[in-house]
This record gives sequence, C-alpha cells and structure tokens, in this order.
Amino acid sequence: MVNHPEPPLVELNDISISFGGIKAVDHVCVDLYPGEVVGLLGHNGAGKSTLIKCLSGAYQMDSGEIRINGDKVNIQTPRDARAYNIETIYQTLALADNLDAASNLFLGREITTTAGFVDDVTMEVETRKIMARLNPNFQNFTSPVSALSGGQRQSVAIARAVYFNARILIMDEPTAALGPQETRMVADLIQELKCQGLGIFLIDHDVHQVKALCDRAAVMKNGTLVGCVDVDAVSTDDILAMIIAGKKPGKKPGHVAV
Amino acid sequence: MVPRLKIFQCVSGRSIFRTLELDLRLLGMIGAFVVICLVFNIATDGRFLTPRNLFNLSVQTASVAVMATGMVFVIVTRHIDLSVGSMLGFIGMTVAFLQVQILPDIFGFGHSAIWIIATLAAILMGACLGAAQGWIIGYLTVPAFIVTLGGFLVYRGAMWWVTKGQTQAPLDDRFRLMGGGAEGTLGETLSWGLGGCAAVAAVLLILNSRRRKIGHGFKVKPVWAEGILAAMTAGIIIGFVWIMNSYPVPDGAMRRIMTAQGLEWNGDIAWNHGVAIPVVILIVVTIAMTILASRTRFGRYVYATGGNPEATKLSGINTRLLTVKVFALMGALTGISAVIASARLNAVDVGLGTLDELRVIAAAVIGGTALSGGFGTIYGAVIGALIMQTLISGMASVGVDAPLQSIAVGLVLVLAVWIDIVYRRKTGVS
Ligand SMILES: Nc1ncnc2c1ncn2[C@@H]1O[C@H](COP(=O)(O)OP(=O)(O)O)[C@@H](O)[C@H]1O
Ligand SMILES: [Mg+2]
Repeated sequence: MVNHPEPPLVELNDISISFGGIKAVDHVCVDLYPGEVVGLLGHNGAGKSTLIKCLSGAYQMDSGEIRINGDKVNIQTPRDARAYNIETIYQTLALADNLDAASNLFLGREITTTAGFVDDVTMEVETRKIMARLNPNFQNFTSPVSALSGGQRQSVAIARAVYFNARILIMDEPTAALGPQETRMVADLIQELKCQGLGIFLIDHDVHQVKALCDRAAVMKNGTLVGCVDVDAVSTDDILAMIIAGKKPGKKPGHVAV
Repeated sequence: MVPRLKIFQCVSGRSIFRTLELDLRLLGMIGAFVVICLVFNIATDGRFLTPRNLFNLSVQTASVAVMATGMVFVIVTRHIDLSVGSMLGFIGMTVAFLQVQILPDIFGFGHSAIWIIATLAAILMGACLGAAQGWIIGYLTVPAFIVTLGGFLVYRGAMWWVTKGQTQAPLDDRFRLMGGGAEGTLGETLSWGLGGCAAVAAVLLILNSRRRKIGHGFKVKPVWAEGILAAMTAGIIIGFVWIMNSYPVPDGAMRRIMTAQGLEWNGDIAWNHGVAIPVVILIVVTIAMTILASRTRFGRYVYATGGNPEATKLSGINTRLLTVKVFALMGALTGISAVIASARLNAVDVGLGTLDELRVIAAAVIGGTALSGGFGTIYGAVIGALIMQTLISGMASVGVDAPLQSIAVGLVLVLAVWIDIVYRRKTGVS
C-alpha cells in the first residue's frame, strides 16, 4: 500500500474547523486512493462527521486544503462537492421526509422533460432500477419516506449516493440503522464499489467491520488525528487502544503522518 | 420468494389507500362546502343557492383565494406572512393613486395603457416588497413572523402616506373589469366555450397521465376511482359555468352597458353574466400555481425545504434564495389580489385589505396546509378560501351579527385543523 504511482484521489491536508471555541477538527490530515476504503473511527464527538462534512461541502473549513487528484480545490457548497463526483451518505440520512423515494433520490438533480418540468415517471423508473440492484425488498415507491422503515430509508440515502456515478463516496455510519442481513448487503456493496475504483471514506463504530472492509483506518479523538494505520498490520485491539487511549501502537509518539 | 411476495402484498394494500387519500381529502372538502351551502339554503328558504348569490360568492372569494395559493408555499417552507393584508392595501392605494392622479395626465383620461400599467405596477410592486422581506428572512435570518409583522405595520402606514389618507376613486373603466360586476365577466358564449374546453382538457389530462403510468407498468387508481375523478372534474366545471350563465344581468346594468355601446335598450335583449373575470384570474393563478408546485424544480424544493431544510441544503439547493423567491411570489400574488379587490370596490380607502392576512392564512390552513411545514395543496387553499367566504356570506344572509360571524369563523378554523390532524394521523401521513 506504500507505493502509489498516481497522486491520491483525495488529500485532506491540515483541516481545522471550530464551532464557537470548540475545535471540532484540529489540523487533521487524511488521504484516500482510488479503489481504497479508509475507515474513520473514534468516539462520538471525535469530529469524524465534521471532518467529512468539510469534504462534502456542508461545512466550510477554517483552514487547511483539499486536493483532488493532486489539484487544490475549493469546496464551498454541497453543489461544489457534487461537481467533483463526491457523494455523501450523511449520518442523519438527510432525507426530506414528506417526499417519496424518487424525489429524494433526485433532489437537486431532477430529471426534467424537454419542456423543463420534473419528470416524475422517469425518475420513478430509475429509482426502481437502482433499488432492484441495491435492495430488492424495497417496493414502496409512492409513500413519503417518513412511512418507511429505518433500513428502507437508509437504502434511499445509499441509492442517492451511488446513482450519480460517484468517484469519492463518503459513508457516515451507513449501517447504524440496519439489521445483520442489510448490513451484509452494504458490506457487499462497498466491496463492489471498491472494485470499480471508487475511493470510500467509511465512518463506522464496528472495529471488526472496519478491519474486514477497510484498507486503512484513521482514528480521531477530540478533533485530532491519533493515527492512520494499515488494518492488516494491526490487531483489532490495537485499533481499540487507539480509539480509547488515543495512542498509536508500536510507533514513536507524535509521529502521526502516513 | 415467499417473504418477498408477502411484503409486496402488504405494501400494495397500503398504496391503494394512499391513491385514494388525495381524493378523499378533496371529496371531504367539497362535501363540507356542499353541506354548508345546503344548511344556509335551508336557513334562508332557498335564497342562498341562487345563481346570483353563487356569482357574488365566487367574486368575493377570488382576492383571498389568489393570495392563499401563495400562502401555501410560504407555510409549506415553514414560514408565515402576516403582511399580505397591509401589503394589499398599500399596493391598492398606490395603483389607485397612479390611475386617478398620475396616468390620466400622461396618457389622457380612459387611455387603454392605464389599466395595463396599473396592473403591472401592482404585480411588480408586490414582487419587490415580497422579495425584500424574503431577503431579510432568508439572508439576514430574521424570523418570518417578525419580518412580516413589521411589514404589516409598515405597509399600513405607508398606505396612508401615499395620499395622506385620501380615498382614491373612481378607478379606470377597464381596470374595473378585473373586479367583476355586470361588465366584468366573460359573457355567456365565451363562458361556455372556455368551460367546454376546460372540461375536455381536464379529462384528457387525467387519461394521459393514466396511460403514461400504465406504459411504465406502474400501479394506477382503479378505473372507478379515475372515472369518478374525471366525471366529477368535468361536472364541476360545466356545472359552474351553467350556474354563472343562469344569472341574468339586471335591467339597470343592461341599460348602462347598451348606452356605453351607443345603443338603445328597451328590454328586448336579455344577457346572463357568465364567469366573472376575477374568477378567471383565480382559475389561471390556481392552474399556474399547481403546475409550479407539482411539476417544477422550484415547487419540489419548496416542499423539500418544508420537509427537511437541512437535507435540502445538503442536496445543493440554495434555500436562502428559495425563501426570497417564495416571498416574492407571495408578493406578486398579493399585487394581483390588490387589483381584484380595488377594482371590485371601485375605490381604495385606508381600510382596504384589513384582516386579509388572517383570512388568507385561515384559507390555506382550512385547506390542509400544515403549519409545521412540508404539506399543503393549492386546490386545498382555494377551497379553504371558498368555504370561509361561504360561511361569512351565508351568516350575513341569515342575519348573523358581525361579532357572531367572527366567533363562528374562528371556531371553524380550529375545528378544520383538528379534523386535518386526526385525518393525517389515521392515514399515517405524519
Ligand atoms: N454545527 C455545529 N455547531 C456546533 N458544534 C458542532 C457542530 N457540528 C459539530 N459540532 C461539534 O463538533 C464536535 C464533533 O462532532 P461530530 O463531528 O459530529 O463527531 P462524530 O461524528 O465523530 O461523532 C462535537 O463536539 C460537536 O458538538
Ligand atoms: Mg458523527
């Protein structure tokens, strides 16, 4: 994993952001290569969601830089992020509860007819297609998503991220609301997308899952990066120690760069 | 395979319920309207359900109903607009002043440019005032309640300054046509023509949408439900035109119209009113707003913002600008209503539009718009306005005092919202 000929897909360099004096993210550096899954771990409030929201355009970082394919980019809004093929599954899912699955999937990117009107029929057809691939059990295309189960809502959020040919996928606790079977489906999907060459940031609390799915794991604590390790080089206990104690195993303290 | 089939069945059972849900709500409101009409008709010994009364009812509803369609968007995005009544007064006074004091000096008295300029000025003025409020709400993040409460006071005061409180009258002849009255109608032939076209178009639209859904293998309403819907729509359109075409123009107005055309009238010709022009304006606004709500990105974002403002922002939608647009639209519609209201009265005094904001909000809410945001229909708001106007006119014709009328309308408002809440809970739509 050390020798990558091409520049990283994403480089988050020295990212900082604070909210009213609280340093939610404090000089964090993480990178991501194509076809790689990088896990982000840490206690609640560690700053994982805040960090990825700087990449998804939901927040504007106070300092630091983001590079995509080696080029410095300026991501101010979610729209900017989408333009770089960055798709995000937010921890809160970010669904409009009063709209149906198709309207949510295409929110902000509606398919329109030649006359410029939204084409609900075509959008529903497309939604049915992607759902048949992601979650064949999903059949409720006419109800507002508030009427759906947690797993079904999660499917809608995942479908929205996958449908638009993402190159960079951010998944913030995508399996939090899911049962074992659905969790396995998400794991399979991550494998499939990885094989297609996407770079994926996966925020997950399940250390075993991270070890199974991710290539590297970055651990955060109190807004700072504890370290970023190759998951095959460490044990789950090592990762847990990083999360709990905030110390990187077997390396000189303070040396945190990749 | 078996568990999947089971899920499918249970889901399809629910979606049939949902298919009918929209129609149930519509039927419920129309049912309430019919019941209210019948009650008043009995109470007045048949004087309520006459073409004359229904014609007046339609004209009286127009101004509030036009604004109520805009209020749906405002409330759906979790805002409120308390300023529309005062804004209507301010706009009405300004354009009345324009056509009484300014424009005749430029173009000459009765010039046809006057009504066009006055109307455009009203709409533009409303859009600008609304956009300014929307900008303060969206970009400076002052709550809509406060901004429009401020607007409520500012416009009422500004209205007085336009003419130092002087009533402006009479208005331009062509401008006055937009307020209804004997002259301000389509007339019999045009009403039939338009009604016929509208009925055919409505049925074709329903059939077309059904064909399209079937083409994609989607579930459609049962044939009987679709049939009832189509027949009801066409029936209401034709029935409405028929009633409006049964209201004869009174002798005095007949003589006035004939004299204006340089003819003698001695009772040999009888005309009927037909659909009033303010009602035509209302119908056009309703159709345009319905298309905007359900067929455009703008409308989709309005509802998405109401459902989850955060998610809408995260989808790359500029919700601040959307707020400006929603209030600008509300203002433009208030401008249209100002034209209708001032034209109907043929005079503007400083009281024009007083309490209209509450009527408009009540109409939207009676029509099923949820104050928590995200839910509301344009047709609901229009029917809500109609129901409220029916109550007010009906009580007046029965001889109920004004204070009692207020009490009754207030109670009906609360009752309607309570029924709506129970209904939503029962059908599982939050
Ligand atoms: N919009 C915000 N306003 C204020 N504080 C915030 C905001 N977003 C996050 N924070 C704070 O930043 C810290 C990190 O939160 P978060 O990134 O959600 O943690 P995690 O996702 O790792 O559980 C927390 O202390 C949280 O309270
Ligand atoms: Mg989080």
